[in-house]
Amino acid sequence: MRTFKDNLLRGLLWFSAFVTVGILLLIVGYIFYKGFRLINFEFIFGDYSPTGGGGIWPMVVTTVYTIAISLVIATPIGILAAVYLQEYAKQGRLVKTIRFATESLTGIPSIIYGLFGAVFFVTTLKLGMSIISASLTLTIIVLPVVIRTTEEALKTVPGAYREGSLALGTTKLQTLIKVILPSSMPGILSGIILSMGRIIGESAAIFLTAGTVAAMPSSIFSSARTLTVHAFLVTQEAGDIELAAAIGIVLIVLILVLNFSATFISKKLNKADY
Amino acid sequence: MNQSEETAKISVKDLSLFYGDKQALYSVSLDIEEKKVTALIGPSGCGKSTFLRTLNRMNDLIDGVKITGDIVVDNEDIYKSNDVIKLRTKVGMVFQKPNLFPMSIYDNVAYGPRAQGIKNKKELNKIVEESLRGAAIWDEVKDRLKSSALGLSGGQQQRVCIARAIAMKPDIILMDEPTSALDPISTLKVEELIAQLKKEYTIVIVTHNMQQAARVSDKTAFFLSGEIIEYDVTNNVFSNPKDQRTEDYVTGRFG
Repeated sequence: MRTFKDNLLRGLLWFSAFVTVGILLLIVGYIFYKGFRLINFEFIFGDYSPTGGGGIWPMVVTTVYTIAISLVIATPIGILAAVYLQEYAKQGRLVKTIRFATESLTGIPSIIYGLFGAVFFVTTLKLGMSIISASLTLTIIVLPVVIRTTEEALKTVPGAYREGSLALGTTKLQTLIKVILPSSMPGILSGIILSMGRIIGESAAIFLTAGTVAAMPSSIFSSARTLTVHAFLVTQEAGDIELAAAIGIVLIVLILVLNFSATFISKKLNKADY
Repeated sequence: MNQSEETAKISVKDLSLFYGDKQALYSVSLDIEEKKVTALIGPSGCGKSTFLRTLNRMNDLIDGVKITGDIVVDNEDIYKSNDVIKLRTKVGMVFQKPNLFPMSIYDNVAYGPRAQGIKNKKELNKIVEESLRGAAIWDEVKDRLKSSALGLSGGQQQRVCIARAIAMKPDIILMDEPTSALDPISTLKVEELIAQLKKEYTIVIVTHNMQQAARVSDKTAFFLSGEIIEYDVTNNVFSNPKDQRTEDYVTGRFG
């Protein structure tokens, strides 16, 4: 009877793992199957043509711009905020409130942020429907993610490192820069990668703040269309599943490339510090 | 030995310490002699580690710690001055568990000097080699200075920790049960090292192990419930204790 239970549990565990991986493979497989015929050099690097048959290069550029600007703003602010909350602030009611607020912010639907961005950045700050408006909105969306993951990463740094460093007559700042931040690099990095995923996956908030202009943006103040928004529009307007799937492939590859380069850069940074 | 000529490196007077409302040390007074090994013994929770950590103000890191009394190191009251950095440069510390940073052996030892602003490669090389030699671990690690310090055995790590402390050229080294996480052979090596180090440094060591206190120290202080019960030349404490409680403890009747 006991072995039966054991086997049953084992089967259940295996089944759950299989279902998870299976669904993922199914989705990725389906997208590749549907879309791979469209993938070629001209499709990725060609300019968009409103009459059909063109490439998606403007959307790729817009997507990369959006990711870059959002992360450039959100990462330093998020890390500094987390360092303050975790290392400097007195652990009291104020810090608890701030933590609760950041946690709540991660749960708000992105369309709400989109509406805020459309009112505040687009209209009030007169940035217009533009890449910069979308990026600023996305910054607010990913900021809680960066803060939370960085805080968790800082928490995992053993107290013995802090003590060891301070006992050597270093200042708190030196300890932070030389020991604590390098040790929490992997956690911080996973926060950045999560944020990239969030940015790439976002459509509603971008739709409302950057618009849908399907052309190469002349600057970050131009209205433009990201890959995700493009995929949404071609599916919705033209019902072109094949094209949407091809965009999906590009998105998946883009995410992989960005993740690998983020890991690579952080490894380089770590080496340089030692 | 002429006792009256010995100079007190550290002079503690009437030191009391509170964690919030809870008192952990009760007017402790103690003179620690230069270039001697002073052992602090006593049962768990008797305040010996807490006392040790007042000497380089590590207790400052804990919220709600309050201290009264004086600790004078080289004629300077360390709680009157606000230069904790300077104090910790002068008073090094080795912890219970080896706590090397996840960096190379070289970078661990060079960590303190670099933080002080020493950038010159040659100078750093020299400090690292001298410190590792001083901690009797140079021969074991000289070919792998650039590899991770965390790949060393526990005993080796603890000696690199000692090297890291020496690299700051301190006067005093505090050791908080430095061998409690080590095997007997590594323990022996660290004890031999302590005997070497006392030629140059004043050492204060907290230990659970009474044989260790008897082996390595010149003077021993017996702590019980936050008070010093007896403080004397180590031999006297172990073979001819004056207080009944000391005798009970060193003969293993409690603790």
